[in-house]
Order: sequence, then C-alpha cells, then structure tokens
Amino acid sequence: MNPLKKHEFLEKHSIVLLIAIIVTVLIGGIIEIIPLFRQETVIESVEGMRPYTPLELAGYNIYVREGCYNCHSQQIRPLRDEVERYGHYSLAAESMYDHPFQWGSKRTGPDLARVGAKYSDEWHVAHLIRPRSVVPESIMPSYSFLRKNGAKLYDLDKHLKTLRLMGVPYTDEMIANAEKDALVQATGEAGGADIAGLQERYGERVNARDFDGQPEMVSEMDALVAYLQVLGTMVDFDTIKGIQLSKEEVAQ
Amino acid sequence: MTNEHKKDVDHISGVETTGHEWDGLKELNNPLPRWWVWVWLVSIIWSIWYFVVYPAWPVPGGATEGTSGYSQYKELSESQNEIHQRQAVYLGKFEQASFKEVLDDPELYAFAVAGGRAAFKDNCAMCHGTGAEGGFGYPNLNDDDWLWGGKIDDIHTTLQYGIRAGNDDTRVSQMPAFGKDGLLNKEEINEVVEYVLALSKGEAQASMPGYTVFQENCAACHGEKGTGGREVGAPNLTDSIWLYGGTKEAVYETVYNAHAGVMPAWGERLDKNTIRQLAIYVHELGGGEEDTPVAEVAVEDVVPVLNVIEVEETPEGGVIEDVEQPLPVETDRVIVEEEIETPQPLIPEDILNPAGDETPAAHLPEAPAAE
Repeated sequence: MNPLKKHEFLEKHSIVLLIAIIVTVLIGGIIEIIPLFRQETVIESVEGMRPYTPLELAGYNIYVREGCYNCHSQQIRPLRDEVERYGHYSLAAESMYDHPFQWGSKRTGPDLARVGAKYSDEWHVAHLIRPRSVVPESIMPSYSFLRKNGAKLYDLDKHLKTLRLMGVPYTDEMIANAEKDALVQATGEAGGADIAGLQERYGERVNARDFDGQPEMVSEMDALVAYLQVLGTMVDFDTIKGIQLSKEEVAQ
Repeated sequence: MTNEHKKDVDHISGVETTGHEWDGLKELNNPLPRWWVWVWLVSIIWSIWYFVVYPAWPVPGGATEGTSGYSQYKELSESQNEIHQRQAVYLGKFEQASFKEVLDDPELYAFAVAGGRAAFKDNCAMCHGTGAEGGFGYPNLNDDDWLWGGKIDDIHTTLQYGIRAGNDDTRVSQMPAFGKDGLLNKEEINEVVEYVLALSKGEAQASMPGYTVFQENCAACHGEKGTGGREVGAPNLTDSIWLYGGTKEAVYETVYNAHAGVMPAWGERLDKNTIRQLAIYVHELGGGEEDTPVAEVAVEDVVPVLNVIEVEETPEGGVIEDVEQPLPVETDRVIVEEEIETPQPLIPEDILNPAGDETPAAHLPEAPAAE
C-alpha cells in the first residue's frame, strides 16, 4: 500500500489529526526551546565581565533609544579580516548582561564591539557632535543635543532592579547606590569625587572621569561616552588567549 | 465507509477524485509532485547527517562536538595561521631587527610600511586622518613638528603607551588653565597671546608686555624661547603649526582653558610587531627625525629673535644660558602636582535631586574648583 495515500485516515479522524499536530509541534518546539534553557552552557567562562555601572547603563539606554544598532553592530565575527580590523572576536559572555543584546545585523558604520579605549573621550564628543569634523567621509547624523541633555539618573536603581530580574548580578548595594555611583563616575577623582565605593562595587578598572568636558553637569553625552569607552574592554584577554591557544593546540 | 468509497475518476483529466463534491465541483486527488517529495526526504536525511557531523545537540555541559570537529574558532585560527606562515618569511627577521636594520633593508622596510599603512587606516585614521594630515586637536604626522619627539623610538613609545592614556608609563603633562583657574587675569592673557602670536611670526620682542608673563608662566615648559619642550610634550610656539588653532581667539581659548589631548595606549590593543610597523610607517610619513639632538635643529630657526631677547634682559631674565637644560625639577612640578585641584566633597544626594522625579539634569550645584 502506498504510504502517501494514508493521509486520508488522518484527515478523516479529527482527534487523531489533533494528536499528530500536537506531537509534531512539540518536537519542533522542544528542539527550538530547550537550548534556550541551557544558554549557560554556551557562554564562555571568562575573567573580568561585570554588569554595567549605572552611568554606563544610562549610556546603553541612550544607545538603544537613538537606534545606534541600526547602523552599528556589536559583534566581531570569527573571520580573519574582522579580527584583523576590530580585534578579538566577540564572545557570548561579553553580551550576557545586555538586555536586549546589541549585536545588530547591519553595518552602515563600523562595528563597535571593541570601540572602548580605542579613541579618546574628546574624539567621541567631537564625533558625536559633528561626525564630519573628525571623519570627513562619515554619513553619521549629529547627536549634539546629547551634550545639552541631562542624563536621567534618578530612576537608574529601578533599571538595575529590573535587570536583576533578568539575571544580571546587581547587588542590593549597587541598586541602593545607583544614582550616586553614576554621579561619581561622571565626576571622577579629578573632579573631586570619592570613587572608592564605585571601584569596590564595579572593580578597580572602572573609568571614572568627566567624559564630555562639562564638569558641571552629567549629560547624556557623559553617559553614552562612558558606555562606549567600556565596550569590549571588560574581558581579561589573557584568559581568553589561554582558551584560544588550547583550541589551536587541539587543532594541531 | 471511509475506505470504501467508489473510485471516481474525473473524465476530463483522468485523475481520481477524492469523492468530495461541493456544488458540482470535485477535488482531484493528485499526489504530491515526486521531485518535491524527494527534496523533502533528502533534506530530512541531510539534517540527520548534519546533526551527527557538526556541533548541534545540546547536552549536559555543552553541546555535541560533531564527528568533524568543526568550529568557527578553529577555522579562524587556521586562516590566521596561513597568513602568519606567509608573513613568517619577513616577520621572523622583522621581530629581531632593530629599527635601524629595518630601515636599511629594503624588503623589511617595505614589509613594515605595508603593514603599518593597513594598521594606520584601521586604527589611527579616525583621529589623524586617512592621510595622517591631522585635524583640530590631532597632530599632523606628515610635518616636522613633533610634540613628544619624532625619532622612531619616540614614536614607538607614544604608540605603545599613549598620551595621558591612564597607564603608568603613558606620556603625561598638563598645561594649567591659566584663565579658568585664575592664574592670570584677562589682561595678562591678552598680552601673552599677543606675544605667542608674535613668536610664531618670528616678531617677538622682549619689550612686549607679554614677554614677562611668558617667561614667568610658560617658559618652564615651552622654553624661554618658546621652542617647546618635548620632555613634557609642550609644542614649539615659534612655528606656524597650531594644534588648536592659531587665531587670536583660539590661542586665547587655549591659554584660558588649556588643552590636554589624549592618545590611547595601543600596546594594550595591538601586537608588538604591528606597533613597530606603525612606528616605522609614521616615521616615514615625511617628518621622521634621525638620531640627532633635537634642540639644535629647533633653535636654529629662531636665533635672530632670540638674540634680541637675550640682549634685553628683564628683571626675570638671565635664564637664557640654560637652553641645554630642560629644567627637570620645575617641569615636574608644573606637570603633575601643582595643577591638580584638591578634591571637593561630593554633593549630598538630596541637593542633586530634591524632587526625586522630573529632574532630568543632575547638576552639581556648584562648579567644582577645577572649573
């Protein structure tokens, strides 16, 4: 008997058809969904990753608000030319605290996954105000208003709380000090702030300074530049190189 | 009755119908196209093969590795190895060679410049321009004017550790904000700006009112003659090359607020051969200096003016004989310690955000003294 003709049985018994549909959808669903419950198995264990500081998070929110991801990706693919140009390929661990992640899918501008510490604060400010003043061939729009807008710091603790629900390891102390930490980071030691608490919570290497050249206010420019300057700089690459080497050794 | 309906063949197409009829319309019981069925079956078989050969199945502690052992990381390192092997012909020699040896060996030199040019476009061009022509606040690398030195070793150090880049070995100096910090009043700044502009035109006279101000405030870093000091990255003021503009307004602004440009430390980002290639590339752009004492070259240009200054001694004068001495002690004081403001306590939160709601700008209530 030709099995292709057996569908008549399914089509004429609605309960059987229903069960068959459920089984088919379940198989597809399980295959697609189960890996999501096991994400931690594909996130490399690396040294140095920390949640964003409140100021960086404010910058991240501006990044999302302004749709930077429409033109800039944050994912260096493991391809030779990309690694040559941008640096070490991105690791899953590096975006594990991004909700949502900013990998992007379109590069009108360059990838920003490792833009942190690549240019000076002054460069970022000049570039965001008037992109063509530093990159004549750029088609990026001006974001000069960021320097005039005060950063929204008063509700940062709520952002931290929400992200904690998403699994970002913010502590009670971090949440309680969110606004203060943002202020301290945008002032820095040079501006007279005591950054000991900030460093204790977010590590010694945290960038604390006046980012936008306006020490008298914490602008959105401060927040965005603080965010850009930390991108791709958290992971301790010595540990990563260890991982990579062992993989090469396996290959040889 | 399901399987027992009478075979009903459509007499026009000769195809069996399903036996269903709606208002005289009958449904033909055509089988699926064979090619489609085969593609479907083959894709199922292919997916099973894929699951076995490539990493696919999530399992406790990771995922199946697949029998092929494929990974994108491995593929990357293979293609990187391929390039490294091709480069190895030069890279081995390049790594061992001193800068001088590279310059003397045409092959190594070409290798260094090619690598440096590519790395420059990726990393340096954003600030210094694709042609290294510089811009406002970013030095032109094609000319003979160097802030921190134009010998290959100097350029290499600058590349490696950056300028004011926040590491222990970085090049650091800070010009005081003479106006903002109240070190000079507006009149004095105007005088010294006039003097500096005259310096750049070679028309400076010791009789100018700005001369004294310059000697008291600027000479420690920029030199009595204004020829700059590379130990502290102080620009030569006797040429017409300006980093932050050479108009009266721009120079006034510079003296009033001071500038402190930052160059990142590339040693943390690029490998050591790339940095060496970049040092050679930048050195060869046109302005690279040989291993000759820098001061002599710079002084020659301004000798006529300097003679005038030397003759007409001011009350503070008489320091001019020490040209060869870079005044290390005073220099250190100006660079690091004196101009950093004493810390101000942070402002209590209730002042910063009294309402706790619609306060978009978190202003510090009083400008810190650094302003």
